[in-house]
Amino acid sequence: MLDTAPTGSLQIRDVSKLFGSFKAVDGINLEIQKGEFLTLLGPSGSGKTTLLMMIAGFLDISHGDIALDGSSITNIPAEKRNFGMVFQGYALFPHMSVRDNIGYALSVRKRPASEIRTRVDEMLELVQLQDFAERKPTQLSGGQQQRVALARALCFAPPVLLLDEPLGALDKKLRVEVQEQLKDIHKRVGTTFIYVTHDQEEALSMSDRIVIMRDGAIEQVGTPTVLYERPATKFAAGFLGKSNFVHQAGKTFALRPEKIDLRAGQGNEGARASGVIRSITYFGSMQRIIVDTSAGDEIEVDIDVWRNQEMLSEGADVDLLWNDEAAVELRET
Amino acid sequence: MQALRKHIHPGWFIIAPLLILVATLYLSPILNILWLSVTDPEPGFGNYAKLGESDALVRIIWTTVRICIITTIFSVTLGYSIAYAMVHCHQKQKNYMLTLLLLSFWISILVRTFSWLMLLGRNGLVNGALQDIGLIAEPIAFMRNELGVLIGMVHYMIPYAVLPLLVSMEALDKRVMDASRNLGATGTQTFWRIYLPLTLPGLVASTLLVFILSLGFYVTPAVLGGGKVLMVAEYISVQLLVTLKWGTAAMLAALMLFGVLAMLWIMSRFMKLSTVFGGAAR
Repeated sequence: MLDTAPTGSLQIRDVSKLFGSFKAVDGINLEIQKGEFLTLLGPSGSGKTTLLMMIAGFLDISHGDIALDGSSITNIPAEKRNFGMVFQGYALFPHMSVRDNIGYALSVRKRPASEIRTRVDEMLELVQLQDFAERKPTQLSGGQQQRVALARALCFAPPVLLLDEPLGALDKKLRVEVQEQLKDIHKRVGTTFIYVTHDQEEALSMSDRIVIMRDGAIEQVGTPTVLYERPATKFAAGFLGKSNFVHQAGKTFALRPEKIDLRAGQGNEGARASGVIRSITYFGSMQRIIVDTSAGDEIEVDIDVWRNQEMLSEGADVDLLWNDEAAVELRET
Repeated sequence: MQALRKHIHPGWFIIAPLLILVATLYLSPILNILWLSVTDPEPGFGNYAKLGESDALVRIIWTTVRICIITTIFSVTLGYSIAYAMVHCHQKQKNYMLTLLLLSFWISILVRTFSWLMLLGRNGLVNGALQDIGLIAEPIAFMRNELGVLIGMVHYMIPYAVLPLLVSMEALDKRVMDASRNLGATGTQTFWRIYLPLTLPGLVASTLLVFILSLGFYVTPAVLGGGKVLMVAEYISVQLLVTLKWGTAAMLAALMLFGVLAMLWIMSRFMKLSTVFGGAAR
């Protein structure tokens, strides 16, 4: 682990943000553990960025309180909070070299030049940009800029690092690579990461815990596994991964497409539903089959390409099978 | 025609009329002036030699440069604060301020110059009021001197100073300033280390614009200087219309042109001019 200040825990107590009469964030309660990688996940307008901006200190809190390790920081201005932040679009200083960007936080704290130099070198090594120290941000690729922003935010060893959609500007292939690096850096520095994204794959692959937000409130909090396997609401099930909604006996169940099996014909033993194949789409690693059930639901089934070759054609009758635990009963919302 | 096309990009044919228009209406008079400055009244560099002989000429040029520098410093400083205020206030107030700015832009320089005379003249509003309440016994000489010229010129130049600065400030990514705060910089540190360097191209553009325009001021020094402040433009006009020394007038005009070009050249040594004239800062 790198030489950093102790990481911080955050207590968010009943925090709301009003813009006029509009409640952008509505009474959020959240405990964030030391060293945790927590993701705020939600569609645009869900209040996740507003919450992050309040934690950073760029927005005033209308009601409630935010505390770091138990002591309130609500009235501390952004420049005194000592929270690192990676901005959407990175917000690098375009007129400064990579080295000066990264060393900025130490330089405005009037640290000796030798200390800044050593620390910046450490950071450059952490993000593997040793050869780019004297370049200007515009001479770097998107992925490199992202790493400079990360190094700049971590350079003064903040107890908490805030990340506002840091991968939004990268193309998909690069994004997966950077996710790995981010996770690795999180492990090495041990700082608490609060990560805002609308990308569910990012959230699933990196987080210790995910907070799903909707209309300024928390929809569900949990580890990626819990949220994926046991979504509490239709919104949570639909936002995190793909989900079918099956209506049976007046209740709604969430059913992941990969947890359903198909059998040719009708009247198979253990069949939970039956229907007709409407369409088959080939995705290489699997194929997605949409079935119109006799109960009137539309169900997506993801199955391996090599299976069930003979019976799979559009218009064919099929039975659908799944285990009891695959169908998750949803709370009414 | 076919052969011609091989050597000349067809685009040139489209802009050819414009090029010819610019050449005849713009370049040829300039060349004419340059020509006059070395041929009238007799061929040679006699007109330019006068610069070394005549103290009066040198004094006029020095007065002009001094007034222009002071005008530029005040206009750009005030313009910077105005542009800053406009960018950082609410949209409604900003539109209000922009309207006021453009309003003063549209009012004729003559009207604005004479208004200053009415306000700050010997018997003007300000002197009258100050005398009536007994603060001063004698009117303060605001007008008919260099101070008067400076007041008038700075007032006229402020909108010109504001507009390039406004563009450059509006193009700034606000998140960069947030990032600076987030990294622990105070407002003052953020201004000197981030805001000012990033608005520098706008500052240079505005400085150049104001300085170059100031060089050619004619009405304001004539009216507000009360004949005591002679600047190059007025002197040129006297040479043209009164003493009919066209050669001297052409020489002074050419000198101003070269002065401006030299300034641009020096500037280009330090920064890319394209960033000043609206190009991206890369």
